[in-house]
Amino acid sequence: MKGVFLASVTALAMSATLAHAATDKPAVVYDQAGKYDKSFNEGVYNGVLKYEKDTGQKIREFEPKNEAQVEQGLRRLAQRGYSPIIAVGYSMSAATEKVAKDFPNIHFSIIDSVIKLPNVQSIVFKEQEGSFLVGALAAMKSKTNTVGFIGAIDVPLIRKFSCGYKQGVKYIAPKDKVIVNFVGSTGAAFSNPTQGSELAKSQFSQGADVIFAAAGGTGIGVYQAAADAGKYAIGVDSDQNYLHPGVMLTSMVKRVDQAAYNVYKSAAAGGWKPGVVTLGLADNGVTWALDKYNQKLITPEMKAKMKAIRKDIIDGKIKVHDYSVDNSCNM
Amino acid sequence: MYDTLIQMLDATVRVSAPLILAALAGLFSERAGIVDISLEGKILGSAFAAAAASAVFGSAWIGLVFGIIASVALALIHGFACITHRGDHIVSGVAINTIVAGMTVTLGLHWFHLGGQTPALSGDQRFLAITLPFAHAMQDVPVIGQIYSNLISGHNILVYLAFIMVPVTYWIVYKTRFGLRLRAVGENPHAVDTAGISVTWLRYRAVMVCGVLCGVAGAYLSTAHNAGFLKNMSAGQGYMALAALIFGKWRPVPVMFACLLFGFLNAVAVRLQGVIIPGLGEVPVQAIESLPYVLTILLLAGFIGKAVGPKAVGRPYVKERA
Repeated sequence: MKGVFLASVTALAMSATLAHAATDKPAVVYDQAGKYDKSFNEGVYNGVLKYEKDTGQKIREFEPKNEAQVEQGLRRLAQRGYSPIIAVGYSMSAATEKVAKDFPNIHFSIIDSVIKLPNVQSIVFKEQEGSFLVGALAAMKSKTNTVGFIGAIDVPLIRKFSCGYKQGVKYIAPKDKVIVNFVGSTGAAFSNPTQGSELAKSQFSQGADVIFAAAGGTGIGVYQAAADAGKYAIGVDSDQNYLHPGVMLTSMVKRVDQAAYNVYKSAAAGGWKPGVVTLGLADNGVTWALDKYNQKLITPEMKAKMKAIRKDIIDGKIKVHDYSVDNSCNM
Repeated sequence: MYDTLIQMLDATVRVSAPLILAALAGLFSERAGIVDISLEGKILGSAFAAAAASAVFGSAWIGLVFGIIASVALALIHGFACITHRGDHIVSGVAINTIVAGMTVTLGLHWFHLGGQTPALSGDQRFLAITLPFAHAMQDVPVIGQIYSNLISGHNILVYLAFIMVPVTYWIVYKTRFGLRLRAVGENPHAVDTAGISVTWLRYRAVMVCGVLCGVAGAYLSTAHNAGFLKNMSAGQGYMALAALIFGKWRPVPVMFACLLFGFLNAVAVRLQGVIIPGLGEVPVQAIESLPYVLTILLLAGFIGKAVGPKAVGRPYVKERA
């Protein structure tokens, strides 16, 4: 009798912890840039803040200071039963995959990368659609019929940006020239503003007057060069228009805040599902930023045109090619 | 075509200025017998200190002072390990590079909450371009006008300082008593010691000069060429400077030309990207990126002959062996 009682109590306790693990203990692990990076991570942080405000529930946060702490952090959160855990950024995919295999009962959501495991949800964005929009805007604004693109590394993720951008430019002005440059081939290319500014100066001297930088911190050098030269630049990931008002034409925004918010919300409602979630224009997952810092640069006609293009992409009238499908950008 | 060439040379000057400062810093240190692989760390540390101080106090000059202080402090740590404690120069240098890479980000996070960056600098917080007299008037003079108004004029003060430091270094190293002793202590410290001159004090002075020059190089990166600090923003320039130092055989003027060559290759690389070369197709970015390094190896292996460093470099000085 006593044994049965004990066993049932243990079972009860266990099921209680499991139930808790699945819903009540959300957590997030940022990447090394930290939650105040003004870009990608800060977007997630804003989503976390909003969720905390809306529900009053505290979300456990972890900021790794170096590469090795990423896996440690994920593992410790998993051990303590936090679930779902959001891993921010493709640089965490290896660590997330490893930890997710060891903790099959914990739910993980990773942003910008795809992991095929039954307890992992992969959230990816249709960067090509947002890039198409800002490309179209760049072509409308350009007076020299030449625009530029500066990417960090020559990898499929960044090519998705450049390919979408090119298509957007050509949609408005088929004869416009697009100069494409890459900063380097290692992770340092995401934090090399010196090279970013040199590449931007080079593109300006070749006639470009709008540059879209998809290069993380390197972009800061590009925007500075544009401000110094009196040209235009386009920001990336989060709304960077405020960095240089009057210089930043717009920003290609990835709504990671919303993605994070939705993960927690669906998990709380018991609706968290593994698999791949793709967010595009239709889901407001990507968009172009229009606010008080750049509204003077955008004429009503441009605004109307952008609205029309956005609608056409959502309705499928404009097909934006995804570079990562066939690793080519033939249009 | 001529315009493009001027623009490329202009970029060369901008990119090589910090390399020249860092390479000259390395020259002082290595000529005195201290191997300095921590040029990279000192540049990065100074870049952070300069940007942070400039953001807080609103003056690029105060930033420069703090950059130099940070860099000299790191140089003294290196000196303490290598001169006083006769430690291995490479180990100490690598340790400094590692510590600085982590510490700048950690302090930056703690102070500014910007993911390890400093706030963006503007106006007086940066060293801005100086237009030399008559630059606009000279603009239309053929050939020379372009060179004067676009290439020579329009840089910030630290660029001019970098180029002035080349003859100054030459003069110090070859024409002053300090320079003679500096060279001697790198070749044969025993002889210097026998002459009654302190090897330790001489070497400490050399690493401090090295610290000052690296400090200027770092301040240039974060408060002149760019507008703020970003983690790991030195991006291997200290190592490039070290390569230029060997390339220039530890002599000021050849070292400057080596730095200019690296800067020029970088400028060419930036222009060459995406350009289709007949018969070869588009040049991949990785190939262009590795060009300076490949060229250094090729030239060192085949063209400039043997690069022989100061004789006593990297060897701690022991007064007498019991």
